[in-house]
Amino acid sequence: MTAGDVMSGTSVRAVIVAHGTLAAGMVSAVEQIAGRGDCLRALSNSGHGLAELQASLSALLDETGARVVFTDLPAGSCTMAGRRLLRDRPDITLVTGMNLPLVLDFVMHDQAEPADAARSALVRGQGALAVCGS
Amino acid sequence: MSIALYRIDDRLIHGQVVVGWGQPLDLAFIVLVDDTVADSEWEQELYRMAVPPEMTVHFLSVAQAAAQLPAFAADARTGLVLVGEIGTMTQLVEQASGQIQTVNVGGVHHAVGRTQRLRYVFLTAAEEAALRHLEAMGVEVTAQDVPTARPIPLAELCAATSA
Repeated sequence: MTAGDVMSGTSVRAVIVAHGTLAAGMVSAVEQIAGRGDCLRALSNSGHGLAELQASLSALLDETGARVVFTDLPAGSCTMAGRRLLRDRPDITLVTGMNLPLVLDFVMHDQAEPADAARSALVRGQGALAVCGS
Repeated sequence: MSIALYRIDDRLIHGQVVVGWGQPLDLAFIVLVDDTVADSEWEQELYRMAVPPEMTVHFLSVAQAAAQLPAFAADARTGLVLVGEIGTMTQLVEQASGQIQTVNVGGVHHAVGRTQRLRYVFLTAAEEAALRHLEAMGVEVTAQDVPTARPIPLAELCAATSA
C-alpha cells in the first residue's frame, strides 16, 4: 500500500467554521501534523452576516456530505450559524470550543462514525488543556 | 449612565459583543431589542446559551425597551443595548425620546442593494439616510467594530468607498 492508496477515497468529514483565518490555520496545522487536512474544510465568518454565514455553511455541508461542524467560540456567530442549522438538520453534530488536539483526534479516527469520533475527540480536547509552569 | 453602548449589529450576540466589548466594559447585562426574538422562545434560548452565566440578557420589543430604558440606565451595573437593524435603532431612538445620545454601528454586512463602506459596514441608500436622520435628531453616530478600533464619524463612514 502506498501513501497514495492511503489517501485515495478521502472524503470531507467535518467543516471548521471560525473567526479570521483560524479555520484555514487549523486545517493547515492538521495537514502538517497528520497529513489529513483534506478531510476538513474551512469556512471563515469574516465579512459575513449571520444569514450569509449560515447559507455558506449549509451549502458546504451539502457539497461535501460532511455531518460534523467544529467552531471556535461558543458565543460566536460561527456557532450561532451552526446551531441555527441544527434546528432543521438533526443529522448534524456541532462541537464548539475546538482546539488542535481535539480536531487531530477526530481526523485520526476515520473508521468511526463522524458523530462518535467528534464526541470522543471532545474528551481528548478537554484533557489537553493545561497550565505549565508556576 | 449605565448603558455603555447602543449598538447596531446584524449578528446580534456574538464574539465581538460578548468578549470584545463585554470584557473591557465588564458588561453585566445585554438588552436585545428585536420584535422577532422577543416573540420566540427558541431564538431567546439560542442567544441565552451564547453568553456567560454571569451575564443577563433581556429580550424586549422596541416598545418594551423604550419604556424600560430609564430603569436600565439607572442600573448600577453596565449594560449594552443591541439591535440587529438600523430601522430598529431608529424606532428605539424615536420612542425613547431623547434618552439615546450615541449610536454605535458595529456590523451591517453584505446584502443585495448595499454598498460597502467599511470592512464590516454595507449600507443601502435608505439605511444611510436613516443614519443621517438619527444624527439630525441629535444622536452621535459612529462606526466601530471593536473597542480598540477608532470610532469613525458618520460623515466619514458615508464617504468611505472601500474596506
